Amino acid sequence: MIYFDNSATTKPFPEVLETYVKVSEQYFANPSSIHRLGGEVERLINSARRQIAESIGVKSNEVVFTSGGTEANNLAIKGIAIEHQKRGRHLITTEIEHASCHATFKQLEKIGFEVTFLPVDAQGRISLTDLERSIKDETILVSIMHVNNELGTIQPIKEVGEMLKRHPKIFFHVDHIQGIGKVPLQFDQSGIDLCSFSSHKFHGPKGCGFLYVRSGVALSPLLTGGEQEFRKRAGTENVPGIIAMTKALRLTLLSMEERMNDMIDLKEFIKDQLSRLDPVQINTPERGSAPHILNFSIPGIKPEVLIHSLEEKDIFVSTKSACSSKSDAVSRVLEAVGYDFDRASSAIRVSFNFENTLSEGEIFVEALKEVVSNLQKVMRE
Amino acid sequence: MIYDHIIVRYGELSLKGKNRHHFINRLKDTVKRKLKPYPEVTVQKAFDRMVIELNGQKHEPVIEKLQEIFGIQGLRLAVKCDLELETIQKTALEAMRDAGPDVKTFKVSTKRNYKQYPHDSQELNHLIGGYVLSNSEDISVDVHHPDVEIKVEIKPEAAYISCMDYPGAGGLPIGSAGKVMLMLSGGIDSPVAGYLAMKRGVRVEMVHFHSPPFTSERARQKVEDLTKVLTKFGGSIKMHVVPFTDVQKAIKKQIPDNYSMTVMRRYMLRITEEIAGRNDALAIATGESLGQVASQTLSSMNTINEVTNLPIIRPLITMDKIEIMDISRKIGTYDISIRPYEDCCTVFLPSAPKTKPNREKANRFEHHMEIDELVQQAVENTETVFFSEAKTRDDEEFSDLL
Repeated sequence: MIYFDNSATTKPFPEVLETYVKVSEQYFANPSSIHRLGGEVERLINSARRQIAESIGVKSNEVVFTSGGTEANNLAIKGIAIEHQKRGRHLITTEIEHASCHATFKQLEKIGFEVTFLPVDAQGRISLTDLERSIKDETILVSIMHVNNELGTIQPIKEVGEMLKRHPKIFFHVDHIQGIGKVPLQFDQSGIDLCSFSSHKFHGPKGCGFLYVRSGVALSPLLTGGEQEFRKRAGTENVPGIIAMTKALRLTLLSMEERMNDMIDLKEFIKDQLSRLDPVQINTPERGSAPHILNFSIPGIKPEVLIHSLEEKDIFVSTKSACSSKSDAVSRVLEAVGYDFDRASSAIRVSFNFENTLSEGEIFVEALKEVVSNLQKVMRE
Repeated sequence: MIYDHIIVRYGELSLKGKNRHHFINRLKDTVKRKLKPYPEVTVQKAFDRMVIELNGQKHEPVIEKLQEIFGIQGLRLAVKCDLELETIQKTALEAMRDAGPDVKTFKVSTKRNYKQYPHDSQELNHLIGGYVLSNSEDISVDVHHPDVEIKVEIKPEAAYISCMDYPGAGGLPIGSAGKVMLMLSGGIDSPVAGYLAMKRGVRVEMVHFHSPPFTSERARQKVEDLTKVLTKFGGSIKMHVVPFTDVQKAIKKQIPDNYSMTVMRRYMLRITEEIAGRNDALAIATGESLGQVASQTLSSMNTINEVTNLPIIRPLITMDKIEIMDISRKIGTYDISIRPYEDCCTVFLPSAPKTKPNREKANRFEHHMEIDELVQQAVENTETVFFSEAKTRDDEEFSDLL
C-alpha cells in the first residue's frame, strides 16, 4: 500500500497506540476525582502538558486540550469574538482557510459580526498591504492558517505578527494544524496569541488536539460546566488521547529533525516527474510551500475517477481537504487562487509523511502515467 | 536580529569589597547552570561586568533565563562592530529599528575609551544621530526623555552598540549568604517569602507539614510543584516532609480549642528548629504578614516565637495581601497556590482562634504534653526529597508513557 493522504490523516505510530492502551488500562480514573488514583491521572496530564509546552516553546498554562483541530479553531475564533465583542465586531481571515475556520466565520457573520475574507495571489498567499488596509478600530481578531491544507502554501505569519504588533488590541490566531512538525513556527517572535493543533495530523490518535492560548488572553469557553483546562474547556479530559498525542508530538518533532530532507527529496522528485507529463498542471507554488503537500490538476479527468483508479493499485491520494471533499465539486481554495473551472475542479493532492520513500514515489509516478493514459483513451472514445 | 552579546551588570555586588570575588564566582556558577540549555552561548567575567556571547543563539530565551538570577542588576543587549564610522552608523540604525515600532524619540550617548579615535564623543553623537535621523521616518531626537537611548562605546578593538536594556532580578547571588529553613504551607504567602529570602542570597530548604489522611497527596503535590517553581531562582532545593498527624491529634486532645492553633505553630517551630540544626541552617523563614490572620497578630507571634532561639526571617511581614499576590503571580506560584486542597493549617482550624494568646497560658496548656517525644518522633520520620530545575519526579515516573 502507498499512502499519500497524510494531510487528511496520518497513521498513528505504534508506540503511540501502546501508550493509548496502557493509559486506558492503568490510568482510567477521572483526573478531577480527589482520591489518589485521580491525583495520579492529574499529574500524568500535567506532565504531558509540560512536555508539549516545552516542545513548542511556550508555558504549561498556555496549553488547552481540546477534542481536535476543529474544536481548537472554533474555541479560538468564537472564544475571542464572544469575549471581546463589546470592543468591536470586526474579524479578519482569508479566503483559503480550512472549513473549520471558514464556516465558523460564516456562522459569526450570521449573528452580526462583520468578517473580511482576504483574497490571495496566484501562489495562494495573502498580501500584508491588504491585511493592513482592512484593519479598523473595531477589529478584534486576525485569523490566518500557517500552511494551507490543499496547496501547501505557507503564509507570512511572522511578518503578519510583526505588523500586528502595531495594533496591540487585535488578537492573532494561527491555524498551525498542517504546519506542525513540517514547517517551524516561532511563537515568541510572531506575536501569536492563539494557535491550533490536531493530534491525528502528527501520528497521534483522532479526537484530540490542543489550543495554545497566550497567558493573559481572555476567551469565552465553548463548553461550560467544569473547571477543567483553566475553565476554558469544560468536560472530562480525554486522558489516553492526550497522553498518546503528547508522545506522537515528541516522536514527530524528532523525525522532523532526522528525516525532513528525505521528505523534501520525495516531493521534489514527484513534482519534477509530474511536471514533465503533458496534461498535468502543478498547483502548489514553486517557492514557499510545505515539504509534505503537492497539489496538481489534470484537466479533463475527474479527480474522483482518478482516485478510484489509483486505489485499485493500492495507492491512496485525495482531492482536497477530506473535511469538505464530499461536498462541492470545485475547491474554494483553488478558486480563490484564481484558477479556472477546469483546473479548480480537477485537482489532486498528494501528501507525505516521514516514512514515505522515494521508491514509493517512483511507483506512484508510473501508476499515475498509466492511469491517466488509460483514462484519456476512454474519455476520447 | 543583529545582537551578538549581552552585558551583565552586577549592581550591589560591586560594593562588596574583598568578598566580591566570592560573590561573582557564585554568580558565574549560576549563570552557567542556567544557560546550559544553550550550548552555543559562552560566559566571560570581567572586572565589573560579565559578558555573554550569544554565538548565534536567539537572545530572548537567554534574557529570560538571566532575569531569573539573583545578583544581576541589569542586562544590556549589545552588538560588536568594527570602528569604521559608516559601520557604526549603520549598526546603530539597525539596532534602533530593532527596538520596536513604537519608538518615536531617541538620543545617542557615546563613550570613547579609545582616545585616539578621530572623532570625539560629541561629534560621534551628532554623526550617528544625524545618520539615524535621516534614514528613519517619524522619528525625532529628545535628549531628555527619549524612548530609546542608543549607547555607543568606542574601545580600541571595536565599537559596542546597544539600545536594549532589561532589568535584572536584583538581590545577591544564591548561596552567598548561608541557609534558611522555609516553612512552606502551599498557600500564597510562603512561596513568596521563599523567593524574597532567596533574593538576599540565601539557600532555602523547605519544611512542609503533612497530615495524612487529613491532608491529601494533592496537598503535598502542591508544595512539590511550588518548590519546583522556586528551583528556577534557587537551583536545587531540598524539601523535608514532616509527618504531623500525631502532633495534631495530640493537640486536639489536650489543648483547648482557642489555643490549639497557637500551640500547633509552636510545634512547627520546634520541629523546624530541630531540622535546621541537623542541616546546618541558621535561621527559619516564614510567610507571616502582620495582622493577616489570627496567628499573625503581634501577641500571637510573640507567643509562638518563644519556643525557638533561631532568627525568624519574615520577608512579608509588612506587606499587604495585594502586594504579596502580585509577586506570587510574577514568579509563577499563584496558580499553584490557589488549588483548593486542605492543608494542615485548615483541617483543624478552630472556629474562634485566640487573636491575643500569651506565653504564660500556652506554656500552662502545653505542660501536660510529651513535647520532646512528639518533636523527636516527627523529625525522625521526616522524609527528604530533592528538586532540581531540570526534571520533576513526575516527568521521570511517566517517561515511558510520554
